Amino acid sequence: MAPRLKLFLPLILFVVLAAFLFRGLSLDPTALPSALIDRPLPDFQLTGLADDRPLTRADVIGEAALFNVWATWCISCRVEHPYLQQLADSGVPIYGINYKDEDEAARRWLRDLGDPYLVNIVDREGTLGVDLGVYGAPETYLVDAEGVIRYRHVGVIDERVWRDTLEPLWREILALETMP
Amino acid sequence: MNALRTTALALWILLLALPAAAVIETYEFSEPELEKRYRQLSQELRCPKCQNQNIADSNAPISQDLRRLLHQQLEAGASDGEILEYMVARYGEFVRYRPAFNAATAILWLAPVLLLLGGAAGLLMLLRGRKQSPATLDSNDQARLTALLKTAEKDA
Amino acid sequence: MIPEFGHFALILAFCLSVLLCTVPLWGAWRGNATAMALAPNLAIGILVFAAISFACLSWAFMQDDFSVEVVANNSNSLLPWYYKFSAVWGNHEGSLLLWILTLAMWTCAVAVFSPQLPLLMLSRVLAVMGFVGVGFMAFSLFTSNPFARLLPGTPVDGQDLNPLLQDFGLIIHPPLLYMGYVGFSVAFAFAIAALLGGRLDAAWARWSRPWTNVAWAFLTLGIMLGSWWAYYELGWGGWWFWDPVENASFMPWLAGTALIHSLAATEKRGLFKSWTVLLAIFAFSLSLLGTFLVRSGVLTSVHAFATDPARGLFILVFLGIVVGGSLILYALRAPAVSSRVGFAWLSRESLLLVNNVVFLVATLTVLFGTLFPLLMDALGQGKYSVGPPYFNAVFVPLMALLMPFMGIGPVSRWKQDSTSRWRAELLVPAIATLVCALTLPLLHDGDYNLWVALAILLAGWVVFGMLRDLANRVRNASSIGAGLRRLALSYWGMFVAHIGFAVTVIGVVVTSQFNIEHDLKMTPGTSDTIAGYEFRFLDVRGVQGPNFVADEARFIVYRDGREVVRLAPQKRRYLASGDVMTEAAIDDGFFRDLFVAMGEPVGTDGAWAIRLHYKPFVRWMWGGSVLMALGGFVTVADKRYRRQRSAARDALLQGGVRGAQA
Repeated sequence: MAPRLKLFLPLILFVVLAAFLFRGLSLDPTALPSALIDRPLPDFQLTGLADDRPLTRADVIGEAALFNVWATWCISCRVEHPYLQQLADSGVPIYGINYKDEDEAARRWLRDLGDPYLVNIVDREGTLGVDLGVYGAPETYLVDAEGVIRYRHVGVIDERVWRDTLEPLWREILALETMP
Repeated sequence: MNALRTTALALWILLLALPAAAVIETYEFSEPELEKRYRQLSQELRCPKCQNQNIADSNAPISQDLRRLLHQQLEAGASDGEILEYMVARYGEFVRYRPAFNAATAILWLAPVLLLLGGAAGLLMLLRGRKQSPATLDSNDQARLTALLKTAEKDA
Repeated sequence: MIPEFGHFALILAFCLSVLLCTVPLWGAWRGNATAMALAPNLAIGILVFAAISFACLSWAFMQDDFSVEVVANNSNSLLPWYYKFSAVWGNHEGSLLLWILTLAMWTCAVAVFSPQLPLLMLSRVLAVMGFVGVGFMAFSLFTSNPFARLLPGTPVDGQDLNPLLQDFGLIIHPPLLYMGYVGFSVAFAFAIAALLGGRLDAAWARWSRPWTNVAWAFLTLGIMLGSWWAYYELGWGGWWFWDPVENASFMPWLAGTALIHSLAATEKRGLFKSWTVLLAIFAFSLSLLGTFLVRSGVLTSVHAFATDPARGLFILVFLGIVVGGSLILYALRAPAVSSRVGFAWLSRESLLLVNNVVFLVATLTVLFGTLFPLLMDALGQGKYSVGPPYFNAVFVPLMALLMPFMGIGPVSRWKQDSTSRWRAELLVPAIATLVCALTLPLLHDGDYNLWVALAILLAGWVVFGMLRDLANRVRNASSIGAGLRRLALSYWGMFVAHIGFAVTVIGVVVTSQFNIEHDLKMTPGTSDTIAGYEFRFLDVRGVQGPNFVADEARFIVYRDGREVVRLAPQKRRYLASGDVMTEAAIDDGFFRDLFVAMGEPVGTDGAWAIRLHYKPFVRWMWGGSVLMALGGFVTVADKRYRRQRSAARDALLQGGVRGAQA
């Protein structure tokens, strides 16, 4: 290498670094994709909120659905609740995972605010939560008919999130399902 | 929209970037060895929700849960490897402050060694090159250096 | 009115900075002495207006002017006055203004304390610093105006300063850190000025060296204070977390350490000129990169300011211009052929190069580890974390590798040395350190600790090597006192700094190895014993502070039945924000710290979760750092930097002007 060319080396390295830093500006370092993408929904043996009936994985799979992790102590859950109701009304199946909550408070919440959920799984100790890799409510998982987790959204679902992120994926899953 | 996202992000970080109270767990261990491993592992596992804290220092609810799990698993006789595998299966590689050595992270672990070898090679090349060159000062520099030293001496 | 006045002063400082980075450069290019001579005056003007601006913001904080947004968000009427003042830099906007003020101070200091510098060189140096100032002032004015008002809608009271920042350490930590960070801009400016002039020589190294040493010393102190603060304030008992923000300050320090050693070779022997220039650019670039990392939000950190990608973009563009520009200049103007000054394999030059290689590798490793999560994310490879286990695993061996050479360095000779002479010189130090390493760890009860033994071996090697060299230097004097007095201050600087490094190493290793931590549930009246100290928990009572209420636990520590100290850790709740904070109680000592922190109340019988720490030698870590910083400061007072007057100036002005025209 010519001596002069060698002196350009730091510049080249810096340009590469700067490109990465620029890319970094549009990345969110706090966004954490689920480790369970394309993995089956974990097994569990819990009970239903409405009637304390035992529930297992087999009871909640079979069609594509949303699994929404929520709790009455979670303020953001109250924020997204009306939109979940709207989604449920438009025909999207939603299962609830009542995460580290008190049953009575949860029941009251559903009575007062409406119940968008097909069934609510009571995860009082957060064991299903840990198996799902939940790190805070609300979180919402997109699960296909085979019971495979396809996507996780952390935080509130509102119209924008649904339209921009979740709905396209949702349609994709439904389309795959109807294919022979 | 972007501004909204920005504000939300800024706000979120503001809220989270406050490690406030010390976290002190009072778990009892059946063996002192387990306590040592608990301490080590709880410092090597990253809290998934926090800004940049291990689960030992973070008082986020998820860290409490993970500490409890860690304690349970240690008492149940799980090995360090099994515990890490358990955590990674649920929360991803992200939870490991000590990234596993694999194809993706090989460069991370080898970088210091490669850099050091590169530095040593550069050093050797430089020294070998020097040995052959005549041991004289650049005449220009020599003159200026002498001038400077002379003034310094004069002043002293 | 006052905040608007401060805003206006900042705008004026900005305008003067624009002049500073253009007019003198034009003068240097055209050989116009009047334009060049404007530079020092502009530098003084910038400092005046930056100081006015800073004073105005401070006034807004002291007067509780909650119509100013940063005051409303970061202060509170209940805060004691000294925390109101330190709250000025306890936020993004205010700390940026502090950065600007610091830069203005350094620029002015260069203008005032460089009478020996040729006007041509001085004007270029100041112009480069003016350019850096333009960038930061524009950053402040256009993206982070500290004087923005909340009108209408002025809150009745402020949201309070983050309780973690309500602390003495945090009053002085940022200013010292910024003195270091920004101080490297002087070394940078000298390097760029030298490249612009096309003259890299020993004189350049001599001018830039004292500034670099001072900046390095400030940075050392700043980092040390940050570590100390984390230790007593966070309540975790930890003192270094390898957090991105910590690394952001540590990387310039590592590069700066390489730079001050490389400058020594350049000044004394006219060697490694291109290399030294590159290191000067590198050190300051890392300061700027640190600013980017802390304020852009590309990495997650516990210490980050409220971040904002738009601000990140601004700094990145500025970083691109400054670093990219200077590296282009470097590639075009740095001497491509290495100087023909000769030196042998065994020589001080070679050892300084070893220092440079190790510190550069350490810097790049920390840089790579810090950015690795970002790189992987950008490449779509998923989310990774790189934390203390990685950094400790790679950093500790590098330092261990360095220290054998560090012991030889001071006794070695320039140009050429020999193994036989080294053997003769270092035999006694080698035996001494070996004896220490074999015996001293035995003083500790329990197993012989190999890591501690190794640390003592290496640190002792450095210390005894230094002492041997000192003995050689005073041997021929009439008396020891006379010999010691005859030694140059720059020598004392190195002596103290190297000893400080060894002390820090001992502190780090001993405290890591022999630290004892007990987390337990304690009820009042019970006690727990660690390392022979019995901590008796008396009771918990409520206390009231100026802006907080707290539960305070009272402990008496006994050793062999005798009272050692009373400790009273607190668990505080700050009234304005509702934040809960642990205030650890620490009994500091030369050989050990005792540390008590309160967690949560447990159960109903008045029990608390309590953390007890026994931390041997933890003070040595910071004490050693203070010695290192002291060493850096002492070198500046060396007479060869003080006594270069007009003769040199005239001689070099001639040469400089010729260089400019070439």
